[in-house]
Amino acid sequence: MGTTRREFLILAATSLAVPEAARAQLDPNLAANRKAAFQEALRRIVGDAQVRRGRVKLQLPPLVDNGNSVPLSVAVESPMTETDHVRAIHVLTEKNPLPDVVSVRLGPRAGRATLSTRVRLADTQSVTAIAQMSDGSFWSDSVEVVVTLSACLEEGLI
Amino acid sequence: MARAVVTAPTRARRGEIVAVKTLAQHPMETGFRRTQTGELIPRDIIRRFTCTYNGTEVYRVDLHPAMSANPLIAFSTVATETGTLAFQWVGDNGYSVTETASISVE
Amino acid sequence: MSLRSALLFAASLLCAGAGAGEIPPSERRSGYDLMSRETRAIQDDDATNPGMLWVLDGEALWNRKAGAADRACTACHGDARTSMKGVAARYPGFDAALGRPVNLEQRVNFCRAERQKAPPLAFESRELLALTAYVARQSRGLPIRIAIDARSRPFLDAGREAFHRRQGQLNLACSQCHDDNWGRRLAGSVIPQAHPTGYPLYRLEWQGLGSLERRLRNCLIGIRAEPYAYGAPEFVDLELYLMWRANGMKIETPAVRP
Repeated sequence: MGTTRREFLILAATSLAVPEAARAQLDPNLAANRKAAFQEALRRIVGDAQVRRGRVKLQLPPLVDNGNSVPLSVAVESPMTETDHVRAIHVLTEKNPLPDVVSVRLGPRAGRATLSTRVRLADTQSVTAIAQMSDGSFWSDSVEVVVTLSACLEEGLI
Repeated sequence: MARAVVTAPTRARRGEIVAVKTLAQHPMETGFRRTQTGELIPRDIIRRFTCTYNGTEVYRVDLHPAMSANPLIAFSTVATETGTLAFQWVGDNGYSVTETASISVE
Repeated sequence: MSLRSALLFAASLLCAGAGAGEIPPSERRSGYDLMSRETRAIQDDDATNPGMLWVLDGEALWNRKAGAADRACTACHGDARTSMKGVAARYPGFDAALGRPVNLEQRVNFCRAERQKAPPLAFESRELLALTAYVARQSRGLPIRIAIDARSRPFLDAGREAFHRRQGQLNLACSQCHDDNWGRRLAGSVIPQAHPTGYPLYRLEWQGLGSLERRLRNCLIGIRAEPYAYGAPEFVDLELYLMWRANGMKIETPAVRP
């Protein structure tokens, strides 16, 4: 989400002369609010259940070429049989404007519990993948990704 | 011309796990961007992708604004029988695209 | 942040001394080599390369009748896979009637006007990008082959001069980044050698396909220079020089770049 990061930086740099509407975007609790949203999204998915680390392998480049399009792949260890399979895979972030990235519903017909896609990352942050198993258990993996801003921007800055 | 592209094998052995790769042409406007004069650009995204195999849903994805533009969704499915893989993308502003792929399973 | 780091970078260049000159052939690298493994994988697989969405659109347009003459490109050119092979590798090409080089986008529009009696497609329009992507895709894997003769030499020289000229509020020449400091970082990005091997390409920053002129406009805005208008002769001269500078390198269209 290049433009959002860009705008955040512009606003931060020109905060003395910022107009009224823009001032409303400078939420001093931005980081805390987004972290809380992440926790709430997590709770919505798993309820009171415990989330264990393992069985899920989340892959993202450690340093992205561009935050607009970051290749992401998730693979969950599972026999994918009728009695033992992955029911859902969820991907969440802590610093994007919204915590949810993508949710997959699948079952034994998938053969392998995987997803490959490309996502937007607003900032350097941790990305989390959660797998929901047919037995009701939850497993997860987290990866730290460094996101930088593009050097030569297309629109002229203020 | 709304477009989506599917890459999947045309034949497979029964029980073989096959790779399916899909690409949909769509800006995936997040709803968080603003114009140079400050107006919010409204959200316009693909919300759901489904793959059915001879009518049975085998893979479903709920997309959020954090999915990149021109989304790639790559997954796998078990080649159970000869037939048709049907793909549907549904999104904001009445966006709806379907594609099919035939698979021959011996 | 980008303005400040660009200023610091410009200051460091002034202290660093004279540039190294043009890149020797053995050191030529496509921007592909400077990308992460994951981004390279996006380009390598037609099934995941979003640029292919435009190539397929281009194929449809190639086969579609257009204009008052009600002809498709196929009427003159037949199957693009044979007729367009190698074409993009030698563009910009000299147009004898105009007396100057023209780029692929201009060539497509001339064909539309003269042969199809159809209105020109706007620069950076989806249709023009799709058509040029489809045509250039037919040269994928082929080496760039820009031949210069007495007629085109003055335009090549104009392009070379523009590449080496300091411009804009930041007073930077293209060569200072792309000849002298390729491989190093400017803010978070690695500086490429700037060989237009994969145009039109899918740029992750744009989240869409774009032409070489769009990318050059980005650069000019980046150094705070007035960008030329699309199709301006200054642009085509520069494109000619950049392609000639990349002679021998393989076409990668539709490339993917950060």
